[in-house]
Amino acid sequence: MHELGERYLRKSALPTLFCPGCGDGTILNAMVRVVDKLGIKNFNFVSGIGCSGWIPVFINADVLHALHGRAIPVAMGLKLTQQDKHVVVFTGDGDCLGIGGNHFIHAARRNLDITVVMVNNYIYGMTGGQTAPTTPEKARTKTAPYGNVEPPFDATKLAIAAGATYVARHTTAYPQQLKVGLEEAVLHKGFSFLEVMTQCPTQAGRIIYGSGEPTFLFSELKKRTLLGKQQATNSTQFSIGVLHYDKEKLPYQPVCEGGIE
Amino acid sequence: MSSHDNNIRIIHGNEACVEGAIVAGCRFFAGYPITPASEVAEMMASRLPQVKGIFLQMEDELASVNALIGAAWGGAKAMTATSGPGFSLMQEGIGYAVESETPCVILNVMRGGPSTGQPTLSSQQDVYQARYGSHGDYELIVLAPSSAQEALDLTIRAFNLAEQFLVPVIVLTDEIVAHTRERVAIPEFPQIVNRKKPQAGEKYIPFEGSKDNNGIPLRANFGEGHNILVDGQLHDGYGNRVGHLPGKSADLVKRLCDKITKNVDLITDIEMRNVEDAEVIVVTYGSTSRPALRAMKEARELGLKVGWVKMKTLFPFPEKELRKLAKSAKTFIVPEMNLGKIVLEVDRVTKKRVVSLPKIGGELHTPDEVLRVIKEECQNA
Repeated sequence: MHELGERYLRKSALPTLFCPGCGDGTILNAMVRVVDKLGIKNFNFVSGIGCSGWIPVFINADVLHALHGRAIPVAMGLKLTQQDKHVVVFTGDGDCLGIGGNHFIHAARRNLDITVVMVNNYIYGMTGGQTAPTTPEKARTKTAPYGNVEPPFDATKLAIAAGATYVARHTTAYPQQLKVGLEEAVLHKGFSFLEVMTQCPTQAGRIIYGSGEPTFLFSELKKRTLLGKQQATNSTQFSIGVLHYDKEKLPYQPVCEGGIE
Repeated sequence: MSSHDNNIRIIHGNEACVEGAIVAGCRFFAGYPITPASEVAEMMASRLPQVKGIFLQMEDELASVNALIGAAWGGAKAMTATSGPGFSLMQEGIGYAVESETPCVILNVMRGGPSTGQPTLSSQQDVYQARYGSHGDYELIVLAPSSAQEALDLTIRAFNLAEQFLVPVIVLTDEIVAHTRERVAIPEFPQIVNRKKPQAGEKYIPFEGSKDNNGIPLRANFGEGHNILVDGQLHDGYGNRVGHLPGKSADLVKRLCDKITKNVDLITDIEMRNVEDAEVIVVTYGSTSRPALRAMKEARELGLKVGWVKMKTLFPFPEKELRKLAKSAKTFIVPEMNLGKIVLEVDRVTKKRVVSLPKIGGELHTPDEVLRVIKEECQNA
């Protein structure tokens, strides 16, 4: 095992339950590198339900794997009782924008000082490939056999509109940038939101994109990524990097300063 | 402690719960406004900052109960307060707290239902929701205060039980208890129980029952160096998932239930009067215990052999105590502000003649309504 894996992974929980070719391992890798840099004792992790909810379970730190959609309110209770910790939430597009959408916008509105990493695979993966709030229009899924009739959310626009003070997008197709962005998000004082566009060979790949081949999906992801000042030529493309940054707005503080007695 | 040590005030049940929570060590409240529980949140908003506690008004009840879970693992004694519709929304989170052994206190001020129902009037319709509202097999503790003083005392006890048994504890008041102002003595230094921590250097398995602690695990908080994994999926002692393994899954569910059922004697709190020679016993809890007590006293003045029981712990159900009473009493009368719920438990346990005295619509039974049934049953006994 890699030296960082030896040091930071929860070995009793291994092997991971990610499918071959899944992007969640890349995100775990990025998180472990950030943890190595910033000190594992400074972190508390919370996650929701879905494939991405398992990412922090494999990190040997204090981790709470919460109910579907409820990671953010759990993180709020944890952050406010342990204000010296970086609280990082791992959530999926369904967990964050579907069942947990209300908590997401309110935590952003409060500028709660946590980091939310939303892993976007465009689909409900764990349950077998059903339509998510991020599924592209007209895409076929298990619950949209005639094509999805709903428009998707752009999670980053939602976060910005709701009041998040650090909003960025990255992709598993560019893992080095992902790691840098993750560290920046963690260090931001206030609500930081990082959307990570990822490949899902087993569900989105086979069902939406017609291929379960990870290398094909990975190169597709790369093609759709807009680098630097590149302009989009079609609606499937996305830009990566920081999309919104507000250094001035103060993070949420309850009336009582100094934490609990 | 003499009464001189106590802070005597005239307050209602909702405020009594707040004061009870504060002296019990509650330093975190997350809630959402709902009639008839809103005063609890209002008063917590005012009181908690005075004791360096945290008050949060959340976006909904789902967020509220889940914030308690985060705060409890952060080390706080945490509480929320709600009423019927909000209590329904909290059920999934209550199940998570049971499964993850997260101590917290949920106050449900009962109003009339179903649905939006009767926001401003009272009921005892949520007794089974309190016990069975979440999915799966589980046990938890439900307390039922009948006065402002008991609202205070049982809120303190709720925190102590939550910390001792690592379980969510439901305090089940109703609109009448919540809004009746009465004399309440606030103890300055009540008995307080805190979660039992592992010793430094000792091998610590976060979700394994401790032999030195009645089979209840020891509890370290996050940030104390134990790298705890808390999971809502059935898990082994280390928090690793075992939901796909039948034997280990069954082991956890049994241990979680045993924690309560095998310690029922440490939990049960039941008050009895005139039961020794009683042929008829009125079995009560919460608000209805009060007109029933008056009815019992009036019946005694008429020479009728009537007893009275008030269950302050509703679940785990005080089976042993009621079975003992069933050895001598012939009839049990159960007045409730619902269409007959706990009467089913009394029937199951006593196997005697059991008479339901239901009342819905939002009003409490009058003593006369209870007395009339006592007289009828004494004639038949």
